[in-house]
Amino acid sequence: MMKRFFIFLILAIVGYYIVDVVSQIPFGENRVNVGDYYLDKSPSELKVSNTVTAIVVNYRGFDTLGEVTVLFLAATGLASIMFRRKRKGEKDIRAKKASSRIIQIGSQILFPIIILLGAYVFIHGHLSPGGGFQGGVIIATASLLMLISYRKFKVNHSTISWIESIAGIVFVLLGVTGLILGKTFLENFLPTGELNNLLSGGIIGIIYVAVGFKVAAELTGLIDTLLLNNRPEANKEK
Amino acid sequence: MMNEFLMISFYGTAIALILIGLYATLAKKNLLKIVIGLSIADSGLNLLFMAIGYVKDGTAPIFSAEVVGKNVVMVDPVPQALVLTAIVIGFAVTAVALSLVMRLYRHHNTAAIDEIKNLKW
Repeated sequence: MMKRFFIFLILAIVGYYIVDVVSQIPFGENRVNVGDYYLDKSPSELKVSNTVTAIVVNYRGFDTLGEVTVLFLAATGLASIMFRRKRKGEKDIRAKKASSRIIQIGSQILFPIIILLGAYVFIHGHLSPGGGFQGGVIIATASLLMLISYRKFKVNHSTISWIESIAGIVFVLLGVTGLILGKTFLENFLPTGELNNLLSGGIIGIIYVAVGFKVAAELTGLIDTLLLNNRPEANKEK
Repeated sequence: MMNEFLMISFYGTAIALILIGLYATLAKKNLLKIVIGLSIADSGLNLLFMAIGYVKDGTAPIFSAEVVGKNVVMVDPVPQALVLTAIVIGFAVTAVALSLVMRLYRHHNTAAIDEIKNLKW
């Protein structure tokens, strides 16, 4: 039981220091200056009602570009870790049995509705809670539903990588255009419109739509790679 | 009084989640449980961030049509933007870790670290 003692010792030390640091931060007090600046400038200068979107896509847009790159790297790394060369006569097998008729018909009805919801969430990312990442995840759940209910539902990986690349290039090109026309990378060069309109915020809406497409494509490919059960034993059982 | 209750529940839950996740990572033998522990600690950290950004009686930092022009207190948007990034990165880490676990399971036919002999420390 020596190991358990050490584990609890480590947990006690970590817990003590977290509590010690957190207890010195005032709770529920006024914001720091950065937050005030963003809350002031986001509706007046950028005309974006969702301040979090304004920070993620415009003020910290370069950071978001890196984040999208990390997601892309994760999808690529996962595909290369899971890759296995097929032997002769082997096929990709996803599940042992097909789902019941009820699940298949139900997912057919739900599939377009979920995609519509995801598109709504990322198109309205600058007006309401939500955005590219959230909408992309919702669309990926739609394809997960199809993947678990149909054995033969195929995801076309070359289409997915085309969507991914085009969305990534749109993001970078918008940033570079801001650099050419203005002063900084991702500077807002389009007219900002009016607060709480769908066409407001300049490049922010376009970037979030691109991010939505990219995340949806990446996650769909990732789920498909993880669900493929092409182990040798699975093929033998057939 | 209300504020203190909020503080204790937010911070308490966040720190408890972090410690539970760390415990699972350190004490469990099954690799899947270790990955689950990592993502529990992840959500605890995110909750801690959000709790630090809280402002008394604040609403979400969104200037919708009902809020514009009125004097409304809003919470700090910076931690929320950071947490949005952190969630995505945490997802990427979990996905890669899970794929490594699947690969190990295929190779050794077990997910328990103490049964995989050449990984023992």
